Amino acid sequence: MRFLIALCLVALSTLRATAAVDIQEVESPNGIKAWLVEEHSIPFVALELRFRGGGNLDAEGKRGATNLMMGLLEEGTGDMDARAFARARDTLAASYRFNTNADSVSISARFLTENKEESMDLLRQALVSPSFDETAVERVRQQVLTGIRSSQTDPNDIASRAFAAQVYGDHPYATEFEGTAESVAALTREDIVQAHQNALTLDRVYVSAVGDITAEELGQMLDDLLTGLPESGPELPGDAILTFDGETTVVPFETPQSVALFAQPGMKRDDPDYFAAYILNQILGGSGFDSRLMTEVREKRGLTYGIGSYLVPRDHAELWVGQVASGNDRMADAISVVRDEWAKLATEGVTGEELEQAKTYLTGAYPLRFDSNAAIARILVGMQMDDLPVSYVETRNDRMNAVTLEQINRVASELMQPDKLTFSVVGQPAGL
Amino acid sequence: MKAILSPLGLTFGLFATTALAQADDVTTFTLDNGMDVVVIEDHRSSALTNMVWYKVGAADEPAGKSGIAHFLEHLMFKGTKDMEAGEFSATVAANGGTDNAFTSQDYTAYYQNVAADRLDLMLGMEADRMVNLRMTEAEVLTERDVILEERNMRIENSPQALFSEQADAAQYLNHAYGIPVIGWRQEMEGLTQEDALSFYHQYYAPNNAILVVAGDVVPSDVRDLAEKHFGDLEPNPELGPRMRPQEPPQRAERRLSFSDPRISQPYMIRSYLAPERDSGDQREAAALTLLSNLLGGDGATSYLATKLQFDTQTAVYTSASYSGATLDDTKFTFVVVPAPDVELSEAEAAMDDAIQAFIAEGPDPDDLERIKTQFRASEIYAMDSTSTRANRYGAALSIGLTVEDVQNWVPTVLDITEEEIIEVAKSVLERSSSVTGYVTAGNTPEAGTEG
Repeated sequence: MRFLIALCLVALSTLRATAAVDIQEVESPNGIKAWLVEEHSIPFVALELRFRGGGNLDAEGKRGATNLMMGLLEEGTGDMDARAFARARDTLAASYRFNTNADSVSISARFLTENKEESMDLLRQALVSPSFDETAVERVRQQVLTGIRSSQTDPNDIASRAFAAQVYGDHPYATEFEGTAESVAALTREDIVQAHQNALTLDRVYVSAVGDITAEELGQMLDDLLTGLPESGPELPGDAILTFDGETTVVPFETPQSVALFAQPGMKRDDPDYFAAYILNQILGGSGFDSRLMTEVREKRGLTYGIGSYLVPRDHAELWVGQVASGNDRMADAISVVRDEWAKLATEGVTGEELEQAKTYLTGAYPLRFDSNAAIARILVGMQMDDLPVSYVETRNDRMNAVTLEQINRVASELMQPDKLTFSVVGQPAGL
Repeated sequence: MKAILSPLGLTFGLFATTALAQADDVTTFTLDNGMDVVVIEDHRSSALTNMVWYKVGAADEPAGKSGIAHFLEHLMFKGTKDMEAGEFSATVAANGGTDNAFTSQDYTAYYQNVAADRLDLMLGMEADRMVNLRMTEAEVLTERDVILEERNMRIENSPQALFSEQADAAQYLNHAYGIPVIGWRQEMEGLTQEDALSFYHQYYAPNNAILVVAGDVVPSDVRDLAEKHFGDLEPNPELGPRMRPQEPPQRAERRLSFSDPRISQPYMIRSYLAPERDSGDQREAAALTLLSNLLGGDGATSYLATKLQFDTQTAVYTSASYSGATLDDTKFTFVVVPAPDVELSEAEAAMDDAIQAFIAEGPDPDDLERIKTQFRASEIYAMDSTSTRANRYGAALSIGLTVEDVQNWVPTVLDITEEEIIEVAKSVLERSSSVTGYVTAGNTPEAGTEG
């Protein structure tokens, strides 16, 4: 009954929402490439910059240097201290966000058309000539250490750490890019200056802009903004060698609800089967209320509030990851259901109905992501980092729809490895 | 159809007439059965956000049934006469959309993000579950386990959240804001299907609901579809104005100490009972909003950051926060995370000294101008997200504000004077109506004695 209604509606009218963004490929006079969507109806611009490398570029023994450096970019430049910088930024009603990840660092800026030049000039100072003065270093170091201390007793963070240490061997992914209390305490100003030279380099920058700006203006703006950064940075790490022992490891921690991470090998973003794997994951544990894991663990048994799974194609490793939280007395049941579902999907595959339903959802939800200038800017930078063409926005749903039942079930049997599914549990789970 | 205009007229002045009232790209009207409709046009993409807000939240629950408003929100995704359990979300997904819901102390809201040509279907399903909810006892029991796990995740596994519950309970002597939205565990464990349905029949009716549609739509189409699906639903004549038990004068400051081995970073909080935004009278709330920004908004330039993090190294983090978007009295809250080797009592004393100094000096005119500049710009930035705008109007109308109040909010903030800010600081930051909490990992801290 429920599928009948749903499918009839789809048949009656095709989905009208489309990701109708007109992407221009822009190159600045100095050769910096960017993607642009002009949207002149609201007088502001969202600018997204990403530099590949991120925490992976931390030098030996300097874990956390990139993260601390990024936290200091807004804390003073030239003759401005942190407070003068913040006052200048707020007077312009601009905002800059500086973020670190394992694979990249990002800068998300938002500024009014009327303050374009001043807003970019200020951001240039933060990016190109941060002062890293000692007072600021100490202040931000204490803030980072406060975060690290808090994460020591957060069950989700404990699970992530235990999991990474177990899976990633001696790759940088095995430790957190925030560093440890010891490594962060030992970082010197020279370490931070070096991290700045390493992380923000022109050969690894990806740019997108969405809003009230033209291609010509953007090109000039990028030259003004970025010229002066180093041309190239140090080598990136190689691929991680992953270990999945298929066991369930418990990290004892006194808390009422256990949290679990689980994973097995994933798939590269450019694999011809990636779309099939993506749909497979949607059916298994993707977003929405209709996945197999959500149905079996939550809707039928009430064992959790939230469960989900994700394909995680990182720059140097591919994983298929899931997470679930369940009371200490029920986690063993939740894990047992997850293992059963994993094995069942590997051997039996999906039904044609499930495949069609997942396609309809994924192709319909895709254009809904393009719902603000800032969101579009983030999507465009992500596409560039994944080496996707501008046309991907239009072809993506066709490629999703091209996945056949034979293909997805072949991928299910090839990719899914129930004996490799490895659990890392934090809490006091009974019976594990 | 019963006459329902009078209670609505009291609460929603703007909706006294059913003529289309339009300001900028926002249009409002009211159906004959009392259901309010807000349409926000944004034609940049072909999507929309569809929301149904009910003017009922956790603070409206009967005594002993804490968590029932939120539990009902979950159960609204079970079946109706025509739909099976789970079919609502499955249908949204099968039409390429996403859906969810949320519950606060003051309102419960359901929404879908979906292609604009699916509005007819969404409204049909929302109208259906407004009046035709069905569920089995087994579904109720399983879903109760789910909300208990939700409580585990949000509260029991977070010592900060556990403390926050205690602090709210201490802040409100009489008002239900002192009871957590998710519910006290022992009461959640006893919630039944009958409790949920009785709450549903009392509060879920068109004259207690607001439809907000934002995106690629035109008001006349929304009106037609709203009439088609909701127009024939009967209002509940027994729903009167929302009068909930209010706070008595608070005459004694409360001091809490909380420790939990899972706390690895000690901190202190101070909250004060504070007035909320009222329809047609938002100046006090606007002044409090500016006060919170001046004292503890920006991590580099706020007054507390200057005094505690830059002039001295007393703290690694300070903040002041206030939101007036509630139906009844809200809170004005400070948080201070002390630097290593600084005692919580020292951090508290430094914070109090700074607040007193601020009141004595008055706001720095440059600081105030800068913050107002940000509010001015926020109106431009806010245009970028339709779902954010839908949320803003839905929440405001659910707590008795009008579209006009929403649109007057930023102009009111911009009009506030330095004197008004100092005046609200003096009247609201009154220790007799405050709660101070020390949160630590180890043994019982020294809180409770500090003056």
